[in-house]
Amino acid sequence: MRVLVKLFANFRAERFKEEFREYPSAITVGEIVSELGIPAPEVGIIFINGRNALLKSSLADGDTLSIFPLVGGG
Amino acid sequence: MQKIISFLQDRSVDGLLSYADQAEAAKCFDRSLSEIEELALTNKILPARYQRNQNSISTQQQLTLFSSTVAVIGCGGLGGYIIEELARLGIGRLIVVDPDIFEEHNLNRQILCTLDQLADKKVAGAVQRVTEINPAVQVHPVAKEFNSRNGMEILNGVTVAADALDTIPARMQLAETCEKLDIPLVHGAIAGWYGTVANQFPGDRTLQQMYGGEEAEKGIETRLGNPSFTPALIASIEVAEIVKILLGTGVPLRNSYLHIDLYHLEVNEIPMNKG
Repeated sequence: MRVLVKLFANFRAERFKEEFREYPSAITVGEIVSELGIPAPEVGIIFINGRNALLKSSLADGDTLSIFPLVGGG
Repeated sequence: MQKIISFLQDRSVDGLLSYADQAEAAKCFDRSLSEIEELALTNKILPARYQRNQNSISTQQQLTLFSSTVAVIGCGGLGGYIIEELARLGIGRLIVVDPDIFEEHNLNRQILCTLDQLADKKVAGAVQRVTEINPAVQVHPVAKEFNSRNGMEILNGVTVAADALDTIPARMQLAETCEKLDIPLVHGAIAGWYGTVANQFPGDRTLQQMYGGEEAEKGIETRLGNPSFTPALIASIEVAEIVKILLGTGVPLRNSYLHIDLYHLEVNEIPMNKG
């Protein structure tokens, strides 16, 4: 299946801004994050098609996945 | 009282009162600068320091700012700029909270941190700065780490709270305390070239949605650090949001949060699910 993955802030470094990617069916956000080499504890807000999602959320064909880093400094 | 009001009316020119006259009134009538400022504003006299705000903030609105109490939780990168701007705006009462002292690695971004202040309490630096800028502002230092145990007392009587903390668990405790006390919370966070701003109005549970379920203590700032421009920008947006909330004017952020990326020069307003 095909998922549009959008990365934000420093997650783009040495990766991409947005890309259509092919995955086997029944993949989770966490598995995509891991495949991209992003440390899971650095992941902040996640959206699937503009709705809040979690690392354990599953993707479907045609979904748009947006991944923002966790920002906590002051 | 009428004597003081007459004095202020006599000294004001085009509705503006100079700082020298405000200070003279305080001295002559044995009142604080804060009391004189309140008397002036309630009688439609604007301290001259605010004259360049007049087309953005009216004298009536200035009285509302003067009558407000804002708690700034954290006096570091974000908190320093927030305190600076709130003092210049003439917020009547500030509560500044931070347990830490200034260290050399704060000099790259924290406006309250100077070479002379190294090893001093951050809240002492805040008090000194506010007093130097605008001594009509009452500033109450709390040299403690904010948590859900002392939070109810710290935020007692506060109109709006500003989140300028640097750990996620502390932010969650602040958000919970604000929910309990029905206090609007203006949130900001920074990491490297990136920052976020959000408002949590009572019942919205915005921070729960932003950080909910996160066990993390900190975010990507541990790896990216914080250069000077990011806290200045994010703090300024937080202050603009605070002013809109205090005055009930403009369009504050609600049910969404701002993600600002200075590196790729992108601003995203990200909708949140409603609380």
